[in-house]
Amino acid sequence: MSTVVGKPIRRVEDKRFITGQGRYTDDIKLHGMTYAVIIRSPYAHARIKSIDASAALKIKGVVAVFTGKDIEADGMGGIPTGWQVNLINGETMREPKHPILCTDKVRHVGDGVAVVIAEDLAIAEDAAELVQVNYEPLPAVAQVRDALAANAPKVHDELPDNLAFDWNIGDKEKTDAAFATAHHVTTLEFYNQRLVPNAIEPRSAIGHYEEGRDFYTLYTSTQNPHLIRLLMSAFVLQLPEHKVRVVGSDVGGGFGSKIFHYAEEALVTWASKKIKRPIKWTAARSESFVTDAHGRDHQTTVSMAFDKDGKILGLRGHTIAGMGAYLSTFAPAVPTYLHGTLLQGLYTTPAIYYKVDAVFTHTTAVDAYRGAGRPEATYLLERLMDTAAREMKIDPAELRFKNFIPPFDGVTQPGYQTQVALQYDSGNYAPTLHKALEIIDYKNFRKRQEEARKNGKFIGIGFSTFVEACGIAPSAVVGSLGARAGLYESAIVRVQPTGKVSVYTGSHSHGQGHETTFAQIVADSFGIPMEDVEIVHGDTEQIPFGMGTYGSRSLAVGGSAIMKSIDKIKEKGAKIAAHLLEANEADLVFAEGKWTVKGTDKSIPFQQVALTAYVPHNYPAGLEPGLDFSSFYDPLNFTFPFGAHIAEVEVEAETGEVKVTRYVSVDDVGTIINPMIVEGQLHGGIAQGIGQALYEGAFYDESGQLLQGTYMDYTMPRADNLPMFEHSTTVTPCPHNPLGAKGAGEAGTIASTPTIVNAIVDALSHLGVSNLEMPCTPARVWSAIQTAKGN
Amino acid sequence: MNVPITVTINGTAYTRDVEPRQLLVHFLRETLNLTGTHIGCDTSSCGACTIMLNGQTVKSCTLLAAQADGAEIMTVEGLATDGKLHPIQEGFWQEHGLQCGFCTPGMMMAGVQILKNNPNPTEEEIRHGLEGNFCRCTGYHNIVKSIQYAAKKSAAM
Ligand code: FES
Ligand code: FES
Repeated sequence: MSTVVGKPIRRVEDKRFITGQGRYTDDIKLHGMTYAVIIRSPYAHARIKSIDASAALKIKGVVAVFTGKDIEADGMGGIPTGWQVNLINGETMREPKHPILCTDKVRHVGDGVAVVIAEDLAIAEDAAELVQVNYEPLPAVAQVRDALAANAPKVHDELPDNLAFDWNIGDKEKTDAAFATAHHVTTLEFYNQRLVPNAIEPRSAIGHYEEGRDFYTLYTSTQNPHLIRLLMSAFVLQLPEHKVRVVGSDVGGGFGSKIFHYAEEALVTWASKKIKRPIKWTAARSESFVTDAHGRDHQTTVSMAFDKDGKILGLRGHTIAGMGAYLSTFAPAVPTYLHGTLLQGLYTTPAIYYKVDAVFTHTTAVDAYRGAGRPEATYLLERLMDTAAREMKIDPAELRFKNFIPPFDGVTQPGYQTQVALQYDSGNYAPTLHKALEIIDYKNFRKRQEEARKNGKFIGIGFSTFVEACGIAPSAVVGSLGARAGLYESAIVRVQPTGKVSVYTGSHSHGQGHETTFAQIVADSFGIPMEDVEIVHGDTEQIPFGMGTYGSRSLAVGGSAIMKSIDKIKEKGAKIAAHLLEANEADLVFAEGKWTVKGTDKSIPFQQVALTAYVPHNYPAGLEPGLDFSSFYDPLNFTFPFGAHIAEVEVEAETGEVKVTRYVSVDDVGTIINPMIVEGQLHGGIAQGIGQALYEGAFYDESGQLLQGTYMDYTMPRADNLPMFEHSTTVTPCPHNPLGAKGAGEAGTIASTPTIVNAIVDALSHLGVSNLEMPCTPARVWSAIQTAKGN
Repeated sequence: MNVPITVTINGTAYTRDVEPRQLLVHFLRETLNLTGTHIGCDTSSCGACTIMLNGQTVKSCTLLAAQADGAEIMTVEGLATDGKLHPIQEGFWQEHGLQCGFCTPGMMMAGVQILKNNPNPTEEEIRHGLEGNFCRCTGYHNIVKSIQYAAKKSAAM
C-alpha cells in the first residue's frame, strides 16, 4: 500500500532554506580560517614572464602568496580528465596538462597564475592588486570554427594542432546511399552557442589540513564529493584517500557546472597544508563567468534525407565541438557519447552517420551543462524536423507521427536498437504529442495565426519531440566508451534500534529534493512515517561511496541502490519476525509496517523487529545482530525518458521582441515518486532552455575576451520573461530498474530550446524566414524580418 | 579608521565598529554570522542579498554597512515570529517555490515587498516585482504561485 509515493509531498529540506538556515560552503567558518584570492590572467593567451609578490607580502595580514612554481616544486599533478575518447585513427586522445596554477603560459582569460592568502578577504583583495605579473601577450584563437585553420595560434605548443580528438558514429556508406535516393534533403548550419550555467551560488571551497591527524578536509560546492576526492587525491595531490574527506553540504544549484574537479579545490587543499590553517576561496561572480565550465559551443552542419512521403531515410552531419583550453572532467563525453548516440531521436531513421571534431580554443573549458550533448542533439533533430515539414509542406506534427518509433515496453517487446549504439528501454511516443496537441488546441491554431497575420501580428507555434538518455549508466558500457570511472551508485540503509531509519546515499542533492523523494520511498517500503526517515548525503566520511548527481540519475540509480538495501533489510527482518512469531518465514507477509502470518492476525511490527535485531536476546540462531545494509547498484542500461513540448510565441514586428505566450510540455519520465518535484524540475529546465533560445550566450571577441562576463551582459531569463508552464505527463515505466523511474532533471532544457526557435521561425515563415541564430534577441529577429522583407 | 554603527536587525540592536568600505551584506554574513542572506554576484544584479531596510527591500550588496547606521533591518532569519512561519515562507514551502534555496531568502524578501505594495497583485505585477531577483532553478512559475499563496493567506488573517 502506498501512502506517500506518487504524492506531491512538501519538501523536507525546505524548512532550513526558508528560515535562512541552509549551510552552503561560503557560510562555513572554521577556527583560524584564512581567505584566498586568485590572480587570474586578463589575457586569452600569454607567456608569463615574471611574477613579483614582494609588495603584496609586505601588507599586514597577508599570510602567503603561492605561484604555479611552488605547486610544481611539490610535484603536484594537473587536473585530470575523467573520460578518454581516442581519435578515429586510433591515436590516444590529446590530453595536455591542466595545471592548478599556470607556470609558463596562460591559455584563457581567467586562467590562474597565483594565489594570495590573508587574514580576511579585503586584505587578500588589496594584496592581490599588488602582485605584479608580467605577461607577454600572444595571438589567440577563440572561435571553434577557426581552431583547425592551418594558421590558427596553437593552444598547446606540444600538440600538432588544436584538435583534441575526432570521433564518428554510424554507417557512412549506408547513409550516403540513403541520401543518394532521397526525394528531399533538408540542411541546416548553425552555431549552438556557448552558455554559462550560472548556478546562483558561486563556487566555493575550503581546504582544511589538520596536522595532528595528518588529515585533509575539503568543503566544496560540488555535485559529487566522492568523485572530487578520488580525482584530487589519486591524480592531483597524490594523497592517501583515507586521509581525505570531501563535504558538499548545501549546494546552491549546479546544472552540471559543479560536477567537475576544479583547480581551486586542489589549490586550497594543498595550500592549507603549507600554511597549516584552513583557507576559504569563494568565486566572485565575474570569476565564475571565466572559470566555471561552460556548456554547448557546437558549430554544426547537418542534413536529413526524406522519401516522397516524408519518411526519414537518413541523417548525416558534422560538428566542431569546443573544449575550451583544457579537457574538463567529462568534456570528451559530451559531444560524443552524450550527443552522437542520441541522433536517432525517437524516429525510425534507418541510416545515420555523424562526425565530431573536438577542438581547443583559448577560452574557458566547456563541459556538461544541463542536458550535456542531448540538448545539442535534440536541437539539430527538431530544427530539422520543423524545417523539413515546412519545405515539404507537411504538417510538422504529422511529419513526426509518420516517423515515430512504434511503442515498445521493454518487457513483452524488446528494447529498440538504434543506429547509434544505444538500445532504448521503453517508449510510447505518439501519445505525448497527441496530448500536447490537444492541450494547446492545435487544430484551431492555424486559423488564429492566419487572422493574427491579417492584423499585422506574428504568432507562431513550435514543436519538439524528444528522447534522452538518463540514469547514466552501466559501468561496463561507459567503461568501454572511455569513462575512467564506474557509474553505479551506493546506499546504506540503517534501521536504528527504535525503528527509525537513516539512509546514506551517494547521490547528491543541490536542489533536487532527495531528502524528500528518497524518504518517500523508504517510508512506504517499511510502512513508517516519513518523519522516521533521515536522508544523509554529501559527505565522504558518512557515505560508503557515490558517483554523485548529474545526467538525471539520482532516482533511477541512487534510488535503486536504496531499494536494494531495503530488500536486504526486509529479507533479514523476515527471519527475525519468523523467529519471534514462531512461524515459517515463507508464511509471512510484510505490509503496513508489520510482518503478519498469512491468514492469521498474528503479526509483529517493524519497530519490534528492529529492536530485536539490536537486543538479540530471543534471536534466530546463527543470524548476525543489527539491521543495516549497504548496497551498490549498477544499472543495466541507461533510461530513456521522452516527451513532446509545444510553444506558442508572439513576435513584435516592429521591435523583433519575442514573447512566449504558452508553453505546453507532456513528459514521460517513467514512474513518478513526487509529481511536485518532477514538475519543478521541468519548469526549471524549460526556463534554462528558453534562456538559450532567447537571451543567453557567451561570446568571445577575436582576442579571446569574454564579452558577456557579468550579469549585466549575460542575460538570463527573469520572472517577467517567462509564462506559466502547462505541464502534463504520460507514464511508461523503465523496465530495468526497481522503481520504474527514468529521470526528470534535464528533459525541460533538452526540449525547450528547439521548441522556441521553431515557434519563432514559424511566426515569421510567411515572410520567408527559415533559420535564426541563437539567442534570438530582438535585434537579430528584427534584422531577420527586415532581410526577409528585402529592406 | 573604523566607524561605529548601531543597527537593529530582526529586533536586536547590534553596535559594532566597521571598516568604512565594508558592504552591508558582508557585515551581516561575516561580522554577525547571519548567513541566511546570500551573495550571488558582484554587479547588484541577482537579488540573492535582498533584505528589508526601514521597511523597504534593498540589495544589501549595494550599501555600505556604515550607511545602515541607525536602520531597522529584517533578514530571512527574522521572517518567522515565535516559531511561526511568515505567510511568505509558508507560500514558498507550500507551492514548491524553491529548489536549491540559494535565491530564496532574497526572493521571499522581494515577495514581502510586492505584497506590501499591493496585497492582491496580479501575476504580471508579481513577475514585475521579481525583476531584480534571479532564480536559476524554478523557472519562477512556483515562485509566482508562492507569492499568490502568501497573498491569499495574508488576506485570510
Ligand atoms: S549579491 Fe547579487 S544583487 Fe546583491
Ligand atoms: S531555488 Fe535555486 S536559484 Fe532559486
